[in-house]
Amino acid sequence: MVRLTREPIDFHALTESVRDPHCGAVATFLGTVRDVTGAQVTVYLDYDAYGPMAEKKLAEIEARVRERWPVAHVAMVHRLGRLAVGEVSVAVAVSSPHRAEAFDALRFAVDTLKELVPIWKKENAPDGTGEWVHQSAGVRSAGCGVRNPGHPGEAAQ
Amino acid sequence: MTVRVLLFAAARDHAGTDAVSVELAPGATVAHVRAALAKQVPGLAALLARSAVAVNHDFAEGGRVLEPGDEVAIIPPVSGG
Repeated sequence: MVRLTREPIDFHALTESVRDPHCGAVATFLGTVRDVTGAQVTVYLDYDAYGPMAEKKLAEIEARVRERWPVAHVAMVHRLGRLAVGEVSVAVAVSSPHRAEAFDALRFAVDTLKELVPIWKKENAPDGTGEWVHQSAGVRSAGCGVRNPGHPGEAAQ
Repeated sequence: MTVRVLLFAAARDHAGTDAVSVELAPGATVAHVRAALAKQVPGLAALLARSAVAVNHDFAEGGRVLEPGDEVAIIPPVSGG
């Protein structure tokens, strides 16, 4: 299950949604809005997305997770719009028979989401200025066959 | 062939709009879209050089030939999570 939402993420319900009698492990990750990045104080973030593509990429990540690990359920939700410090921007939960694959699958899902799902955050400072975060995070292979080829010097191999 | 290019985040801010139409010859590629867009909206050029291009919701290489009706979008370095 993958979803974009403008409402607060119910991460308890999300975690419950992946529980399964065949699974002895449930791993949940929450990404939350941090108050300081480097020297920059953030009072709120604005999240923007290319919705249809973001949902497609999330679904591809879920499919890739299912190919690689014996997970029973995968749930990925990303929030959009304005979020205050401390709010949950993303929640990912996976369940599997044993904990090792739950941890590995969860990490892959979150890392890959951050690498190639077209969602952007704008950091808004106390003085009213705001800046979109567009760091080039170095393109690395993400599996999925959908890696971001956007950096001309690092075109697809 | 007219291609409507969708813009997000800083690309949208720099262009002052969420979509720009570019006129291209038949058989034009993603690389042609990049060139046309940079020329038409010079304020976008620097970010464009760091951005990916998506066609129909998938990342596309420069050589990808566009068909009428394709949905094209500029994807600045992402920062979700």
